[in-house]
Amino acid sequence: MPNGIVAGADPHGHGHHPALQHHFQTLDQQHEASTLGMWVFLVTEVMFFGGLLMAYLLYRVWYPEAWAEGSLDLDIRLGGFNTVVLIASSLTMALAVRAAQTGAQRATVRWLLATMVLGVTFLGVKVIEYAEKFELHHVPGANFVYEGPHGRQVEIFFSLYFGLTGLHALHMIIGVGLLSVITWMASRGRFSTEWYTPVEISGLYWHFVDIVWIFLFPLLYLVDRAHHFA
Amino acid sequence: MTTIVIPRVNYLNVKTTVASWLLTRDHKRIGVMYLVVVALAFFLGSVFAAGVRIELTTPEGDFVSADTYNRLFTMHAVFMVFFVLIPVVPAILGNFVMPLMIGAKDVAFPTLNLLSWYVFVTGFLFTIAALALGGVDTGWTFYTPYSSNVSESNVLLAGIGIFITGFSSILTGLNFMVTIHRMRAPGMTWFRLPLFVWALYATSLVMILGTPVVAITVGMVALERAFGFGIFDPRLGGDPVLFQHLFWFYSHPAVYIMILPPMGVISEVIACFSRKNVFGYSFVAFSSLAIAVFGFLVWAHHLFVAGISPYSAMVFSFLSFAVAIPSAVKTFNWTATLYKGAIWWRAPLMWVFGFLGLFLVGGLTGLFLASLGLDVHLHDTYFVVAHFHYIMVGGAIMGFFAGLHFWWPKMTGRMYSDGLATVAALLVFVGFNLTFFPQFILGYLGMPRRYHVYPEEFQVLNVLSSSGASVLAIGYSLVAIYLVYSLFRGERAGANPWLATGLEWKTESPPLPHNFPETPIVNEGAYEYSKREVKVA
Amino acid sequence: MAGHISPKRLYYTIFTALMVLTAITVAVAFVNLGTLNFPIALGIAITKATLVILFFMHLKYSSRLTKLVCGSAFFFLLVLFGLTLSDYLSRGWHTAPGGVSTGAGTRVTIGSASAQPAPGATDAPAGAGR
Repeated sequence: MPNGIVAGADPHGHGHHPALQHHFQTLDQQHEASTLGMWVFLVTEVMFFGGLLMAYLLYRVWYPEAWAEGSLDLDIRLGGFNTVVLIASSLTMALAVRAAQTGAQRATVRWLLATMVLGVTFLGVKVIEYAEKFELHHVPGANFVYEGPHGRQVEIFFSLYFGLTGLHALHMIIGVGLLSVITWMASRGRFSTEWYTPVEISGLYWHFVDIVWIFLFPLLYLVDRAHHFA
Repeated sequence: MTTIVIPRVNYLNVKTTVASWLLTRDHKRIGVMYLVVVALAFFLGSVFAAGVRIELTTPEGDFVSADTYNRLFTMHAVFMVFFVLIPVVPAILGNFVMPLMIGAKDVAFPTLNLLSWYVFVTGFLFTIAALALGGVDTGWTFYTPYSSNVSESNVLLAGIGIFITGFSSILTGLNFMVTIHRMRAPGMTWFRLPLFVWALYATSLVMILGTPVVAITVGMVALERAFGFGIFDPRLGGDPVLFQHLFWFYSHPAVYIMILPPMGVISEVIACFSRKNVFGYSFVAFSSLAIAVFGFLVWAHHLFVAGISPYSAMVFSFLSFAVAIPSAVKTFNWTATLYKGAIWWRAPLMWVFGFLGLFLVGGLTGLFLASLGLDVHLHDTYFVVAHFHYIMVGGAIMGFFAGLHFWWPKMTGRMYSDGLATVAALLVFVGFNLTFFPQFILGYLGMPRRYHVYPEEFQVLNVLSSSGASVLAIGYSLVAIYLVYSLFRGERAGANPWLATGLEWKTESPPLPHNFPETPIVNEGAYEYSKREVKVA
Repeated sequence: MAGHISPKRLYYTIFTALMVLTAITVAVAFVNLGTLNFPIALGIAITKATLVILFFMHLKYSSRLTKLVCGSAFFFLLVLFGLTLSDYLSRGWHTAPGGVSTGAGTRVTIGSASAQPAPGATDAPAGAGR
């Protein structure tokens, strides 16, 4: 259905599915509207992060030394661990959607719970990292202290570090909240092979958040480590 | 006029409790709710404009202090730009008629639509709070480092207000885009869509792609102000010009959020009142998309004197000139539509004529500012102020009034006085030119914007401008008076008072709660006036 | 509903590929490749993101419209980056009539003699004075 227009009777003959909203003709139309809506929303999200990434890009070009210094201050083990955790959560999310597609209710709930556990693990590690930055006075602002040749520019690096990872963490928190609602709905048997749209679009959102981290990890943690370990 | 059937149950009287309005998911009611808030914002913005014009009647700063003056013009712009111009046509008229036009029962996400309104109102309240605590003095552009490090006004509150309002705009754009893709009635192909729908589609594109960038940019300024982050802070080596890049990446395309929907309105009204198909339909449709996409490639023409690279400036100058092409396509096609049309002299068309004249002047003076050399002279003078008011007020607001007069019978089921509406259109046109044309001359002579005192030789032109503003105020007040009057005493309109094509005229006035008795099936283009045996007196 | 159902094995394969790429990008970060480090890290990130988009997000099996929507995000992101950098990267090209070059990317740094002060020249804490 390229244009999503459905005239007349529902081809599958379940026009009165409880999840069908009155202003849609069929569940298919409703599903296509929802997934398109989520994709469009993710476009806005890309641009939302885009503003911060533009600032990152400019100052990275201008202040490579400060960027290397700031990056070395971040714990690559924690960052790498979180990368693994988040990619694993994307896998479990994809499997949750698959389980919903095939009508495996208990598996859906299980994979969703696994995704949430991984998501919370990520946030927990983030809390540890942030706490360390607070102790070292590496949080930008009046209390910022950085002993180094490029202290001022390193403050910009940390401003962007907190801006980017903070915004990402906020998306994670929203994602975990979203998933808890979806998990609850799944456990109540709200989804079926005919209608699993909420699981699918939550999955799209979750994968997007994963993708953001896939970029943030090398951009923030892996700047110019070679010179210092060669 | 044939006998008029008033629908027993329509969207207005189906339920009348306050809760039924505040919890409604009906796109038509949400459109009306936007109208109420936007009208309030327009009134507030006008009051500040009046303050500015009163101050500028004399060369001395004798009405308000310099600081108060800064707050006056900032609050004028903040209310007018973010709470009037951006939502005025998409959120009011778009919400009301777009689903009707495509034969849908509602937008794709009605709950999200209601949420957008609440988000909008929340942002509005934050901005009102900023105003109540003394306002903002940075200018509506919030340039750093003034907004982030220096200003002692309520930048943070207003910034939060604008950040929140941005999400209302994003969600509306998202909703419209999905609706246009997925909710069209059977037979409503892309090239049978009314041009207003095309314009809204292009607008949604800008809202979706641009608004998030300004939101995060204002967010960064808020981080600087609230927590002392340093992203644009020159003390750390940050670049304030980066703020301008990011800000105008949205705020220049935002101009097209403001002008594209009124352009769509113009196409609808011109076709109806010249009883013709729109000349070069597909060109007008695609020019909307072209404006939306090209609009993203021109932003740095606001930065020509900010110290950007001259090579980059040349590219941006060239691209800015390129936007004139799709805009000219539209203007020529509208004129060609009028040509040899059976012109029906009714009030909506008068507003359209106002639009055409003022948009033409506004658009052409834009070319002056796009050219590098001239911009050095004209930048930050009253020439710029006059230019964008010709586009924003002369274009967008005139276009909004054309649409409001066109669809008012549909929205309310009542007719207003056509004579008074014509007088109002004329008053606004005259008042507008009297207000803003002298500003072109002032700017050319070198009067900078945003100053509350000026040399004595500029007084005559400034007094002209201020007196024009009074005429403008009378014109706008007249509109408010006869429209409100029509709600109570207006003649019943009937389903199709303009004998117009388009699905929105096929349902009753006011429309039924779910728009159509049954889903319409479309089998012809949007403007088949020639096929109709329509005789108008 | 006509959603595409991928075999579980595909998901595990993609996951493995993502893990391998993560390992590579960390490893490469410790090897001094000069100016190539950044493009390589970015290339790997783009590859990983593409895998997630195509297979986990099912873009490979989605309509052309969805692909267009997804593509437009990256197109306009590149417009934002590209045109903004067109200013910053070409600032150094210009030689003013007096013969003075504006320098590679004019920067304004207040309170310090140059944009890159010598070691120890920075007065810490830099945030002071706010």
